[in-house]
Amino acid sequence: MRLPAFAGMPGGGARVEGACRSPLARQRIVQIYLPIADIPVNIFLLLAMGLAVGFISGMFGIGGGFLMTPLLIFIGVEPAVAVASVTTHVAASSFSGAIAYWRRRVLDFTLALTLLAGGIVGSAGGVALFTWLRVLDQLDLVIGLSYVTLLTVVGVLMVGESARAIMRSRQGKPVELRRPGSHTWFHGLPLKLRFKRSKVYVSAIPVLAIGFIIGFLGAVMGIGGGFLLVPMLIYLLRVPTMTVIGTSMVLTFLTMVAATVLHAVTNHQVDAVLALILMVGGVTGAQFGAQAAQRIRGEWLRLFLGLLVLAVGMRFAFQLVIRPDDLYSIRLVGGVL
Amino acid sequence: MRVLYAATLAAALFTAGAVPAAAERLVASLSDRHVMITSNYSGVELVLFGSVERDTSSAVHSNPYDIVATVIGPRQTLRTRRKQRVLGIWVNTAARTFVDPPSYLAVLANRPLDSIANAETRRRLQLGIADTPLPELINNDIGEAANDPFRAATVRLLSERGLYGEQANAVTFLTPTLFRAAIRLPAQVPVGDYTVDVKLFADGNVIGHTALLFEIVKVGFEQFVVEAARDHGLLYGLATACMALATGWIASVAFRRD
Repeated sequence: MRLPAFAGMPGGGARVEGACRSPLARQRIVQIYLPIADIPVNIFLLLAMGLAVGFISGMFGIGGGFLMTPLLIFIGVEPAVAVASVTTHVAASSFSGAIAYWRRRVLDFTLALTLLAGGIVGSAGGVALFTWLRVLDQLDLVIGLSYVTLLTVVGVLMVGESARAIMRSRQGKPVELRRPGSHTWFHGLPLKLRFKRSKVYVSAIPVLAIGFIIGFLGAVMGIGGGFLLVPMLIYLLRVPTMTVIGTSMVLTFLTMVAATVLHAVTNHQVDAVLALILMVGGVTGAQFGAQAAQRIRGEWLRLFLGLLVLAVGMRFAFQLVIRPDDLYSIRLVGGVL
Repeated sequence: MRVLYAATLAAALFTAGAVPAAAERLVASLSDRHVMITSNYSGVELVLFGSVERDTSSAVHSNPYDIVATVIGPRQTLRTRRKQRVLGIWVNTAARTFVDPPSYLAVLANRPLDSIANAETRRRLQLGIADTPLPELINNDIGEAANDPFRAATVRLLSERGLYGEQANAVTFLTPTLFRAAIRLPAQVPVGDYTVDVKLFADGNVIGHTALLFEIVKVGFEQFVVEAARDHGLLYGLATACMALATGWIASVAFRRD
């Protein structure tokens, strides 16, 4: 957030015009005015944020929305504009990531489309709950609590599992993620589908259910849901880590394209200029992230993602528990949050 | 816009002229009446300048003139919320809705307001932020509460953003009758019509006033984007989505290593 020009102006009226112009002129080189967000921001800051989040999203196969949205709100973008514009950024970032994985033939279209079918139904239910929570005026609290709960649980589970896997491989035992004998109860369900690329043969019901949960939580929490989908596919369906990431990318870009159009039609809060700057950084970062992921072992990748998810969850928890700097906050009536 | 401006000016001149026993005429103008928001906009400074014209019938004042200029931006409804600790976490427990407060409010003067006019006059003229009414929605009724912490918090938060401010040294008299003042508009100011109300004081009384208007507008590409997003949501959304896919595809081609 830029400092107010008003307060820091001793004897503002007495100053000569030329003296005031030079700091403004210097800012103009890097500042760009965002038409929908209605604020000027540093273009290099946005590019750097896009690059960093893009690298992480390419590496782990997550959209990165749960990182980018809080970052944008932190630099002063309205939450509604941030959420809407991030969907566009995530669409670009995940599309370039999906192409990179498709070239390596490590994504599963059948799996992605089955998940999408469940996701669409889940999104509709999530939007309904979202609207109902807004009426109760405690939407931000519910979102905050869901972030804390979900991110902490998922983070702890992932860190624990991947740490055990790393220990096993350190002790010289083979890393055996897919244990043939360990079929869970849902392997007995009907409507079995063969997902060739992922080398799994399971019922469509758990796949649709996972899609539903991702769509539902995505709509309520304003996230793509990649960080939930990745562990669910790995631990519940036992899909290999490599295929999971590419598949998650495909699902993310399909849902985010739909979300962009939906946000543009319903609340007109998509800032194309903001999205473009973010995505230029994002797609670049995603390429390097995807390449870096090829060189890192699956269990280490899962450990890093788990730690990242846990860190963001902790940050939300602190925000709820620690006394805020200012007990008061203002918002324009008519905004989303 | 032009007509409105002319009408306001005429009305201002008329009322100024109608004040008896004070033949001073206040003439003021702004350095710019259209502030354009372009891609490199990062706040702007407007200059208000004016002079007090005296004639032979003007009363003789023992003290020099004082000027108070009040700049008011477009009105928007705000909601101010207060957090409280509930079961260990901080939750918004109370909120007030302010009905149509100015989005921008700057009070510029040549010396502290309390030395220009007494409390009674300031209250009557709604001079200064403290005496500007900020009506709240209370039980489906619009009114003001005394010593309201929500009002104080709202003014404080808006002041921190540079949107509200009171400057006792913003108006400079270049000669005893010629003055200028800088109106600082931070980058976050909302677009719309702004009014500048200039009041001339002598010996603690208003002896003339004039009103000016300026507008902040988006032009060029910024205006195109805003209008497209607002009026053609579906097309805009599809175009943005295509832009996203094109960017993603270009990146994957550009960075292709195999």
